[in-house]
Amino acid sequence: MGRTLAEKIWDTHLVHREPGQPDLLYVDLQLLHEVNTPQAFEGLRAAGRTVRRPELTLGTEDHNTPTDDPLRELTSPGAREQVGAMRRNCEEYGIPLYPLGSDRRGIVHVIGPELGLTQPGMTVTCCDSHTTTHGAFGTLAFGIGTSQVEHVLATQTLPLERPRSMRITLDGRLPAGATAKDLILAVIERIGTAGAQGHIVEFAGDAITALSMEGRMTVCNMSVEAGARTGIIAPDETTIDYLRGRPHVPRGDAFEEEAAYWRTLAGDPDAVFDKEVRLDASTVSPRATWGTNPAQSVPLDAVVPHPETFTDREEREAAERALAYMDLSPGTRLTDLAVDVVFIGSCTNGRIEDLREVARVLHGRHVASTVRMLLVPGSEQVRRQAIEEGLDRIFADAGVTLRYSGCSMCVGLNEDRVEPGLRAASTNNRNFEGRQGRGSRTHLVSPAVAAATAVAGRLAAPADLG
Amino acid sequence: MDPFTTHTGIAAPLRLTNVDTDQLVPARFGIRTTRTGWADALLADKRSDPDFVLNHPVHRTATILLAGSDFGTGSSREMAVWALLDHGFRAVVAPRYGDIFRGNALKNGLPAVTLAPHEMERLWELVEREPTCPVTVDLERSEVRGGDLRFGFTLDDHSRWRLLNGVDDIALTLRHSDAIDRYERGRRHTLPTTRPRGEAGAR
Repeated sequence: MGRTLAEKIWDTHLVHREPGQPDLLYVDLQLLHEVNTPQAFEGLRAAGRTVRRPELTLGTEDHNTPTDDPLRELTSPGAREQVGAMRRNCEEYGIPLYPLGSDRRGIVHVIGPELGLTQPGMTVTCCDSHTTTHGAFGTLAFGIGTSQVEHVLATQTLPLERPRSMRITLDGRLPAGATAKDLILAVIERIGTAGAQGHIVEFAGDAITALSMEGRMTVCNMSVEAGARTGIIAPDETTIDYLRGRPHVPRGDAFEEEAAYWRTLAGDPDAVFDKEVRLDASTVSPRATWGTNPAQSVPLDAVVPHPETFTDREEREAAERALAYMDLSPGTRLTDLAVDVVFIGSCTNGRIEDLREVARVLHGRHVASTVRMLLVPGSEQVRRQAIEEGLDRIFADAGVTLRYSGCSMCVGLNEDRVEPGLRAASTNNRNFEGRQGRGSRTHLVSPAVAAATAVAGRLAAPADLG
Repeated sequence: MDPFTTHTGIAAPLRLTNVDTDQLVPARFGIRTTRTGWADALLADKRSDPDFVLNHPVHRTATILLAGSDFGTGSSREMAVWALLDHGFRAVVAPRYGDIFRGNALKNGLPAVTLAPHEMERLWELVEREPTCPVTVDLERSEVRGGDLRFGFTLDDHSRWRLLNGVDDIALTLRHSDAIDRYERGRRHTLPTTRPRGEAGAR
């Protein structure tokens, strides 16, 4: 029987296999950030161990860092301690680090790809659930906990139970106005937050092939919101074109040799997946979440659903709880909802293509006076490119400042938070209770919808702006 | 990691689905560098409601959490497990878990065992009716007991063995150092390293 792409990459990274035990896999790249790693290094030290392959490890500072001025003193003593620990640990063990002030710093899942460190066929781990993002390159990428980070630091391997396989085929083409974000929100709505639990999801189909690398990263990024162990997309010419010329890929003939290898990375035609889902992408339109988990979304022109429409008791109760938390009544049109905060950024939608989309919508328009808008690039390189393309002037004319890179209001670990009870339209990945700040009410949307919402002061698609 | 064989204690019925790790440890508590001292962070926003189950005079002393479906989904933050342990929990029982959370729990000696929704319902009813009724999570027999109830669970042999013996995973892997060396010798030499390349450098 044929093997899936993920199974093939798994097998080529097998270090040790023993019946009744998890497989021991080699890790080609481990990415670290300041929040979830100090305890891993402490553990390493306490056990008298060291970092096996510092040159297969990279650190950045992104989660708790300021986005108004990367060089100002951190206001939170805890954040200062975490950043301090990150620098001491990387220094002590010889791990390359892009700290605050570096022009290569950024959100860990944005810089891995843009530096060309994330390459097809590799295994990647990181102390962050959105490590799934790297799967867009045909990479087997796992979000892991701090104890597992310590394991990889010490051994460059990770014991893992082999997940089941699932293929989500997205046929047809996305209609104009619909984006990769709308597509993945539609997928999660269809299969639920546990729909891919325990599975590696391979995304396939014409709608995936047609996506840019940025769009593919958005899709793989949010596969974890459907419970997936990770997501993956087979590499093709779009992947190779994206990687060409990046700092960590070879040059010239050596690049073409790598590209030839990457082209061989595909699942066998007769590979059998444990689970198959198909969805027609041509039916997808701009969406927004109305609830407190990423499966609770509807088309933007729809109304907030009645909990009674959910036949499953757990889903019905979750809907009731979500509506109470979100202060929403069933039957309300989403486009009638006034929004206080708009956040554009995160590892889901903080790349250059996202910023271009926002600039297209904001061009010649102004952010509503009732809206506080935060525009946070995914990396310093994205920020630089936006400035080179003149996007920052469009943003300034619209009344919004292009900030410095970081996780910012997606995770609420720095000062960028949504105040209690306020309603936000956000391009990030989680609308969980309190995710963007205590009592925050989040509607997940695409960058285009977020920008149009900022202008309208209520949830809106660009087409609604007239 | 401390071994876990069996534990009996007060149980708290948490009848909520999708209690994600952002709820288990709100982000504002996330700026600490230790593995201990997380008790105050556990479900902090939920606990600000006086009627929340962990504020109940008996359930607040619970050492077993009877949770709803998709417990611990979302962020990979291991603090969620450390906070449960620091608060005093020794075992979690739920119909379904977030994959990363479950892995983190097992790595910290906190069994996260799975029962069917209808079995959870019976356990919830039991401890809501009799809050002081002790509940047992027995890893040796692979069952959860409480009152007249007795439900078996399955846990893969390897995880069970690790919990029962408090095994250090890294030590286990290091026994295969030769295999790791061998694998590294055969790795494709063109794979990237993180040593700075191009015009800008890392620290």
